[in-house]
Amino acid sequence: MVGSKKNTLYAVLVLVPSIFLLAVFVYGFIGNSFYISLTDWGSGAGLQENPVKNFVGLYNYRELFTGFIHERFRQDLINAIYYSLFLVAGTLALGLFLAILLDKGPKGEHIFRTTFLFPMALSFIVTGTIWRWVFSPKGGVNVIPTWFGMEKGSFLWLSSRELVWTFNWQNVLQIIAVILFLIFAFTFYTGWKKGKRRQLVLSGSVAGLFLFYALVLHRFMPPILPYEETHGFSLATIGVIIAAVWQYSGYTMALYLAGLRGLPVAMYESAKMDGAGDLTYYFKIAIPNMWPITLSAIIILSHISLKLFALIFSMAGADNASTGHPSVLMYLVTFRANNFAVGAAISVILFLMAALFIIPYLIQSYRARR
Amino acid sequence: MSQSTLRKVHPSVYVLLLVVLAVFLVPIYMAVITALKNPAEISLSTAWKLPSKLYWRSFADALDLLLPSLKNSVVLTVSGTVISALVGSLNGFVFSKNRFRGSEILFTLFLFGMFIPYQIILIPLFQVLRSIGIYGSLSGLILAHVVYGIPITTLIFRNFYDQIPDSLVESARLDGAGFFSLYGRLFLPLSIPGFVVVGIWQFTQIWNEFLWGVTLTKQDAQPVTVGLAQLAGGQAVSWNLPMAGSFLAGLPVLLIYILLGQYFIRGLLAGSVKE
Repeated sequence: MVGSKKNTLYAVLVLVPSIFLLAVFVYGFIGNSFYISLTDWGSGAGLQENPVKNFVGLYNYRELFTGFIHERFRQDLINAIYYSLFLVAGTLALGLFLAILLDKGPKGEHIFRTTFLFPMALSFIVTGTIWRWVFSPKGGVNVIPTWFGMEKGSFLWLSSRELVWTFNWQNVLQIIAVILFLIFAFTFYTGWKKGKRRQLVLSGSVAGLFLFYALVLHRFMPPILPYEETHGFSLATIGVIIAAVWQYSGYTMALYLAGLRGLPVAMYESAKMDGAGDLTYYFKIAIPNMWPITLSAIIILSHISLKLFALIFSMAGADNASTGHPSVLMYLVTFRANNFAVGAAISVILFLMAALFIIPYLIQSYRARR
Repeated sequence: MSQSTLRKVHPSVYVLLLVVLAVFLVPIYMAVITALKNPAEISLSTAWKLPSKLYWRSFADALDLLLPSLKNSVVLTVSGTVISALVGSLNGFVFSKNRFRGSEILFTLFLFGMFIPYQIILIPLFQVLRSIGIYGSLSGLILAHVVYGIPITTLIFRNFYDQIPDSLVESARLDGAGFFSLYGRLFLPLSIPGFVVVGIWQFTQIWNEFLWGVTLTKQDAQPVTVGLAQLAGGQAVSWNLPMAGSFLAGLPVLLIYILLGQYFIRGLLAGSVKE
């Protein structure tokens, strides 16, 4: 609805303070962080009134990805990817499972829903403090096996240094190329099935390029590190992942429960008429029909996974490298070591990871509103 | 499913639900029994056992330690919530009922601000607060929460006002209601549920926030999350105090959740941008 001119004038005037604040505090600050990341601010006395800032281009980024001293950043980045994958997969699966259990309205539904959802209301600091106690190496869950007459568990939940699914950082570009190849090979396949020629040609040639890089070109590239460096899935992160899934499964449960109850009853009845059991109904009909919910849950949860800072901080401590996350490292580098430029570079990388999900999502929701 | 009574619930559903329920309550059980134990009785191998005698002192001790930061959190949360709810209400009114050319793009640009990882604005924010002289104080923290709360409060109020029919606005305008009288006389009185949803949402967010608390405040302005992290972070600390402290720090939001849960869920679902 478009009101009169006077109305529009008032409308804009009301918005002016917010526009100004967001322009400065969101867009201006993002630009400023990016600029800081291109300087060497903090290599000297970072906190003085007029700190020395020299422009160094992409030097900080190059150091983070290939420099000797930033090994922790690279492992943190791998941790961040696994945190996101497992948090999203875990909360979607558990949330969906709970929503299906509750869909038919069992007795006491309200109590179940309330219990599954209450962790979301709490601060990561509160839940992290409690989970730290649950996962303490000599007590907590490690005692459980003794109830069944077994040996006490000895897994160091939050401080294990063990890595699995390891790879050499020197091959990281090759691995990325293979992953991208698989993605484009998949779109190639769907294009082939649907008979879309343009998609076929485009994704086929991109997939070919990545495959060519992975198999041939990579051998001729200079190594990004002069020595081998092992990274992988850090087992110490499992405890944090469990706590995070515990905290956010109620959220996906609420989303899916609303989704299931929004489906027309006729859909269920006609499936029953066709002889489908409950399992067939949920997996073949209900879940595919809730794809939009799944998609927005994936986006929100990947975004939440980038904010695990407080949970990791309270559960394992900021200095614990094996549960590290770039957001925690950014805090350490910036506010403990006063190395503002490198801290800003880490924050830019975090931001770009979030933007990858958020910008398409916002564009899509903008189009949907129009 | 609306006609749920048509369908029988299989007994195995209850079994599964109860198992998950038990697992969900494990951390709470551990926190309760540990908070109520005499520190001398707490040891890792008896972590699951009930206290032999209830020991309430830990709550009083934790309260003593957390009181200054609890006070800070109350001031911070109440003022941050009230201001950002008012701003969000006015903004939502504009974006819902006073659209103009480009207002949709502007709205999308607003929303972007709630999806950024806040590390990306942290260093400039720290610098700006320092240069205007409110770094380390509560007012700096309130400012941050108000500014970065604009997107979500605007979104929730916009979705809320979208449910008010346009015809109502049209007829009020025909009766000569201008921008502000329309807002003040018609929308504001209708906004109570919207304020409840936004208020609960912001209250919970601000109360629970940690990143800004730990980076932008000095000792005497710390919110309770930072106070609790310090209480629990010490090496030699016995576990009854952090557990009791967790209760104190979680209590306000937990009460809100129990008493006003439906509004909390509405804010939660509004957080995923929808039409």
